[in-house]
Amino acid sequence: MMKLSLGATLFFWPRQTIYDFYQEMAEQPLDIIYLGETVCSKRRELKTQDWIDLAQQLNRDSGKQIVLSSLALLEAESELKTLRRLCDNGDLMIEANDMAGIQLMADKGLPFVAGTSINIYNARTLKTLHKSGMQRWVMPVELSGATLADILSDAQAMGFGDGLETEVFSYGYLPLAYSARCFTARSRNLPKDNCQLVCRDYPEGLPLASQEEQEVFVINGVQTLSGQVYNLLPECAEMAKMGVDVVRLSPQHAGMRGVIQQFRDQLSGNGTQIPAIPSDAVNGYWYQSAGLVNTHRQ
Amino acid sequence: MELVCPAGNLPSLKAAVDNGADAVYIGFKDDTNARHFAGLNFNDKKAHKALDYARNKGVKVFVAINTYPQPSGWSRWQAAIDLAADLQVDALIAADMGVLGYAADTHPQLGLHLSVQGSATNYESLSFYHNNFGIKRAVLPRVLSMAQVRQVAAYSPVELEVFAFGSLCIMVEGRCYLSSYVTDQSPNTCGACSPAHAVRWDEKSDGSLETRLNDVLVDRYEPGEKAGYPTLCKGRFQVGGSTFHALEEPTSLNTLELLPQLQEVGVSAVKIEGRQRSPAYVEQVVGVWRQALDAFAANPQNYAAKPEWMATLDNVSEGSQTTLGAYSRPWQ
Repeated sequence: MMKLSLGATLFFWPRQTIYDFYQEMAEQPLDIIYLGETVCSKRRELKTQDWIDLAQQLNRDSGKQIVLSSLALLEAESELKTLRRLCDNGDLMIEANDMAGIQLMADKGLPFVAGTSINIYNARTLKTLHKSGMQRWVMPVELSGATLADILSDAQAMGFGDGLETEVFSYGYLPLAYSARCFTARSRNLPKDNCQLVCRDYPEGLPLASQEEQEVFVINGVQTLSGQVYNLLPECAEMAKMGVDVVRLSPQHAGMRGVIQQFRDQLSGNGTQIPAIPSDAVNGYWYQSAGLVNTHRQ
Repeated sequence: MELVCPAGNLPSLKAAVDNGADAVYIGFKDDTNARHFAGLNFNDKKAHKALDYARNKGVKVFVAINTYPQPSGWSRWQAAIDLAADLQVDALIAADMGVLGYAADTHPQLGLHLSVQGSATNYESLSFYHNNFGIKRAVLPRVLSMAQVRQVAAYSPVELEVFAFGSLCIMVEGRCYLSSYVTDQSPNTCGACSPAHAVRWDEKSDGSLETRLNDVLVDRYEPGEKAGYPTLCKGRFQVGGSTFHALEEPTSLNTLELLPQLQEVGVSAVKIEGRQRSPAYVEQVVGVWRQALDAFAANPQNYAAKPEWMATLDNVSEGSQTTLGAYSRPWQ
């Protein structure tokens, strides 16, 4: 059966909210939990050591695989220092979201996961990273199911497909872009270097709509997310057939338990339908269409 | 510092060469490069002509094969790399690890540059590409401050090229899917951001104008207001009850006044953006930058960007305005 994972929280929540959230998640029917700051190094409700401690505690107590996720856009030396501390944690696997993390782990000869912001568009790339120690990869969100099938069959033909796990981002707001600019600070007329951590005011990001009130994107600090939730629940059976190993759910502030249960029921073939997924969810990328399309509604 | 200039076609290439480029960069006529637009780029024959023209004047030619091939399209990328090798170009500018690996293994004589689309913003990333593919140079994304560029340069295993002038990506290049979220094509997959087939200009009876991308309203212009191409990151949207340029205004990067600092922190080459622009744009922009680089070389202590240079560059800029981008305080 495919495994169910929880991606790192993309949003900025208060310290206690984060602890409460992960204690709750530790009890959910998940196989893998990723955690750590992946979006902005100014978000320090949990310091690097706090994240490592929390991950180690969950690793001891939850019976799940715990993976430490790292920042996607690394610009400053201080950010590389944080990355080195994560990579030196001693026992937990790292999710690299920038090539810097891959370089550090490859240098140490340690295994790693490549996150959604690592550009893997073909099996040749997969092979290079596999040789560098990659054990699992998360497909870039803009790729389709058909491309994934091609990549996996190429990997088999190239003789390394069996040694590698494939994970698909299957639920949540899609990470679409990263910038040096902070759009949340901009929306409040604050300079980035005095942002007053206003991301805390938006536990599920800040909606950006067209002048016709169509929600297009969600602003999350330096990150831009999709305006709609991505949902591949109906595609889970197809993914399993294709050889996908892990289905990833991306955290939301409220209602995550219902989403997890609905996916768990789907994976185990139970008919229980918990209607936890928003009705305007999209799936276009999986079908090689514009991301904001829902092919089941057309 | 080397002046690296864009050429979307032969007339532009000639304009770049004649006006003082040290190197020009071109792409082939398909989705293997990040400026995949109709009527742009070089076929085999034109590429040979381009090489001859540039070589005769001692100017280098780089070829950009800087999109990310998916398995079904690989043969086009392989053919493009083989053609670049046949042409004996001075460098291949690539982003994808599959492309870099094939080029390094099959054509070890090809000089490899990591494209800005490779999205490497720090020296650890650059070390990976250097160790695995032997890249000689990297183009840095337009997200770093001067202090950060200095830090990268201090520890980089390869020489660095930065964008000097032109349209500005505000997202880190190579990791932006805004375009494919709305239209199904992105710079990574197809070499297109906000592709022309999805663009609509709706003129209303009152003289106002709406610009749309795959039906999504990107901006609305009053009668007489100057309209821009509907690039998603430069549209006017509603956020928190206000309508404004929520991501960025239409503006171009201009680092002319930063030349001394770029040289001082250890940048080896400055790049002009704009393979999609006209030969006249190339002529004017390259001319100004040649003058500036020569003036700086002749008298580094007293270098200052001349007002007439700035005026020329403002004139050909997006929204007729320029910014220092990530080098300026609001970005930091």
